[in-house]
Amino acid sequence: MEIDAQLIAYLEELSCLILSEREKQRLTDDLREILNSMARLEELNTTGVPERSHPFDNVNAFREDVVQPSLSREHILQNAPAHNSEFFIAPKTVE
Amino acid sequence: MNWESVIGLEVHAELATQSKIFCGCSTAFGQEPNTQVCPVCAGMPGVLPRLNRTAVEYAVRVGLALNCTITRYSKFDRKNYFYPDLPKAYQVSQLYAPICRDGHLAVEVDGTTKIIGIREIHMEEDAGKLIHDAVSDNTLMDFSRCGVPLIEIVTQPDFHSAAEVRTFLMQLREILLYLGVCDCKMQEGSLRADINISVRPEGGELGVRTEMKNLNSFKAIGRAIEYETRRQIQLLESGKQVVQETRRWDDDAGVSYGMRSKESAPEYRYFPEPDLLPIYIDDQWLQSIVENLPEMAEAKRARYMRCWGISALEAATLTSHVYVAQLFEEVAALSRNPMEAAHLVAGEIMRLMNQTDTLPEDLAVDAKKLATLITLVSSAKINRNAYKEAVEAVFIDGVDPEEYIAQRGLRMVSDADAIAEAVAAVITEQRQAVADYRAGQHKALGFLIGQAMRKLQGKGNPALVRKAMLEALE
Amino acid sequence: MLNMTALALAKAIRAKKLSVTEAVAEYIKQIEQTNPHLNTFLTVSKDTALARAQTIQAQIAAGEITSPLAGVPIALKDNISTLGIRTTCAAKMLENYVPVYNATVVDRLEQAGMIVIGKLNMDEFAMGGSSETGAYGTVRNPWDTERVAGGSSGGSAAAVAAGEVPLALGSDTGGSIRQPCAFCGVTGIKPTYGAVSRYGLVAYASSLDQVGSIGRTIDDCAAVLSLIAGPDDNDSTCVISKTFTFDTPLLERLAGFRIGLPRNYFAGGINADVAQAVLAAAKELAAAGAQVEEFDMPLMDYMVPAYYIIACAEASSNLSRYDGLKYGYRSPAAETLAEVYRLSRSEGFGLEVKRRIMLGSFVLSSGYYDAYYKKALQTRTLIKQAYDRLFERFDMILSPVAPTTAYKLGENVDDPLKMYMGDIYTVSVNLAGLPAVALPCGFDRQNLPIGFQLIGAAFSESKLVSAARTYQHRTSFHLQQPGGAWV
Repeated sequence: MEIDAQLIAYLEELSCLILSEREKQRLTDDLREILNSMARLEELNTTGVPERSHPFDNVNAFREDVVQPSLSREHILQNAPAHNSEFFIAPKTVE
Repeated sequence: MNWESVIGLEVHAELATQSKIFCGCSTAFGQEPNTQVCPVCAGMPGVLPRLNRTAVEYAVRVGLALNCTITRYSKFDRKNYFYPDLPKAYQVSQLYAPICRDGHLAVEVDGTTKIIGIREIHMEEDAGKLIHDAVSDNTLMDFSRCGVPLIEIVTQPDFHSAAEVRTFLMQLREILLYLGVCDCKMQEGSLRADINISVRPEGGELGVRTEMKNLNSFKAIGRAIEYETRRQIQLLESGKQVVQETRRWDDDAGVSYGMRSKESAPEYRYFPEPDLLPIYIDDQWLQSIVENLPEMAEAKRARYMRCWGISALEAATLTSHVYVAQLFEEVAALSRNPMEAAHLVAGEIMRLMNQTDTLPEDLAVDAKKLATLITLVSSAKINRNAYKEAVEAVFIDGVDPEEYIAQRGLRMVSDADAIAEAVAAVITEQRQAVADYRAGQHKALGFLIGQAMRKLQGKGNPALVRKAMLEALE
Repeated sequence: MLNMTALALAKAIRAKKLSVTEAVAEYIKQIEQTNPHLNTFLTVSKDTALARAQTIQAQIAAGEITSPLAGVPIALKDNISTLGIRTTCAAKMLENYVPVYNATVVDRLEQAGMIVIGKLNMDEFAMGGSSETGAYGTVRNPWDTERVAGGSSGGSAAAVAAGEVPLALGSDTGGSIRQPCAFCGVTGIKPTYGAVSRYGLVAYASSLDQVGSIGRTIDDCAAVLSLIAGPDDNDSTCVISKTFTFDTPLLERLAGFRIGLPRNYFAGGINADVAQAVLAAAKELAAAGAQVEEFDMPLMDYMVPAYYIIACAEASSNLSRYDGLKYGYRSPAAETLAEVYRLSRSEGFGLEVKRRIMLGSFVLSSGYYDAYYKKALQTRTLIKQAYDRLFERFDMILSPVAPTTAYKLGENVDDPLKMYMGDIYTVSVNLAGLPAVALPCGFDRQNLPIGFQLIGAAFSESKLVSAARTYQHRTSFHLQQPGGAWV
């Protein structure tokens, strides 16, 4: 797997990160090595093998449609780096 | 060249459950910001979702009404993207195994029936609300809408005109209302449509499409489609290209503008949601959903006609909107006089709704008061004129019918003495007419009864007055 | 007192030989002495713990709490949400994050009268195998403070080993309870996926994470597990109505126990001392009457790749919520929205976390999804099928926990692949959702602890605990205690 600067930049974008030059260099090497080792999976014949995204095959875990009390607004907002008494605050969103 | 537009819809409907899709917070609209939020819908570290059973059943109801195949083994996936209205930075949605697939809805446009294909219906969670604060130039984040259950109904690109889209949406809206799964208030965002639109030379190859968002009324949808069709045709006719992009409709200005270019498809990194188990709908559960489906318009019409002898025309009027049908059924039950209730709702109430521009969803008239009036008129306590007047007063001002009738003195006079007194006076005063009647001119009877009614200020019980007059003349 | 097992401590409290306050104060004193050397605790909730000790004492006296661990202090890995107590995940990102809710396991411990005395160091967001990736320094191994404690629940294992606390909770996504237990010479249980609620466990990889217990003895660990296990309405993946009781009598003989020994786990990169000690443990169980049979574990080369693909994919999504808006670190340099997102995350996450987020973003992106993520999910199916077949032949599988004993600080931190390969014996258990216990079974020539694990079929915890109990009855490795300058 070829890991180039363009791919790293794309992954930074997807991951919402900005890496330092040093981190970029490190991760380029690491990802190359790790992905090469992961590529061993290619050897396995998995034709027709179902995908398992969960250890077990249980289904149907529901809650009934009953309203439970919400948390107080004060508690909801208390960990926010920026908030007023009603809202979380973010820099303006641009469209 | 003749151009043809090709349109597909993505309709988002908020499901009318009491609680959110993955937590117990209330879904009530219009509350204070961030007051219907808990750790789960705020996406706090460590929280997990728990699926609302009713949301699943509502989605299946819609699938059944739109002739879909219900997916027996359906799953949720995560759609990953960063935006401040999405606290977990992923939306729990359904990509790989949506709850319903492959349906259709027949719509009547200009007298012809068109079949609109439904590609799929999937379930997902709504996002929060962002408000721009002009004073600080910041964005304020309110998570109260986060986690309100949504279905997204995706149609095939089977529409070719704004009229078809509008008709479809109006019909879909009635279906959702009849199913009781969505309150369909476009102004509140509980029903919203995104529109994919492209143009092509008639019968030619599909063109590049754009997606229009922010459409929150039927009128806006119609205008936006017409605008976008024109814009694309103009671009193509002047040798330019349509750019694949998302456009936002500004209904006040009557224009759309590009939001973000979609030259490369967005990378949502969908993958199966590990925190939720798949939904398995077995025959028994599906059967119970079918059995609990609310009665739809067609069935209601048939029942009105079959059980109560209501005319086809009135039955059609009564079922044209679910809220009208609901009002009718309430009045019918309370008054125990379905026929009179049908005449009232299909007649006077519909007239008053037109006159006052009242939309069915805004119908607020008290069925109990209408039922009272029906009882009064059919037990001859008031006459038809008084009835009509009182209905209007109830509809417009919400008056108490008994009080109103008492205050206005509309109650019919059935008192035998009062009637006899009026009749006797008329016979004394109108000698000529009495003579005419007795000479065989029966037309004079109407005049004499009219005179007696005048003496009773129009409130005399017509049958009793007539009877008394005949007796006096004999 | 610090040498007592948790169950013995609780018994002494019930017998009024000791007050809850004395117990709590004694452990806090020990923490205050040793934590500067070991860096096991990130938060010590001294005041609330002492206040609670009095309440619990009164409730025990009034007969309101009768649980077998009432009054016993416990510490929690710092990725378990505690109402009002800072929960950092050893991340700068969550330095000042104080949860507004308790994890289900915390509620259950408190209902049983246990006393949370603090939060334990770990790898940042549980990503690592050496407890070196956290933002608040490295956890040191009590047996040799120049060596790692293992990870990611390194603080939990080291604190128990050092006698700072009789019991701890950890979490195990790919070996994160078992490996530090092996490195620190203590006992741990990684329960079946879905046996213990994950509600309030800050997610690393949702389909693999599981909370479990760490203690000096298997009985202590089992006692905690019986308190925290059981269905939870807040966790859809923890709905099976399984609860555990481990009050069966000690088995002198393991007659009828069929134990599989994966021959190929003992070839290749495994340290000779480790191999020898683990094989000796197998002999010990055979001597107790178990039927031990060798076999070749299939798919060995594919376990680590499949695990890291799945874990990183889920992690990249789970960690997206840390955006500097709702909680956690916000970069002071950020002005625009994009900067709040990208700078906060870049400054708030450490390198290992970024590495795994980037890997996860990669394997989920279109163009690579099929070759990596989908392939890993299919491999997971094959691994689960392989275990299903093995458990037709065996009641449990006995294997090493890690190929080495605790290594030197910093030795592997710059070689992620080498670090990942250290998880070779543990990750398949998580991929298949199985339970496992890790037990001390000896020391290498540098006197560093060695551990082995017993892996069972889903929800076979009782059987695993029975075998482990018999083993600990016959051996004394779990009773050894470290010593050193820090004591």
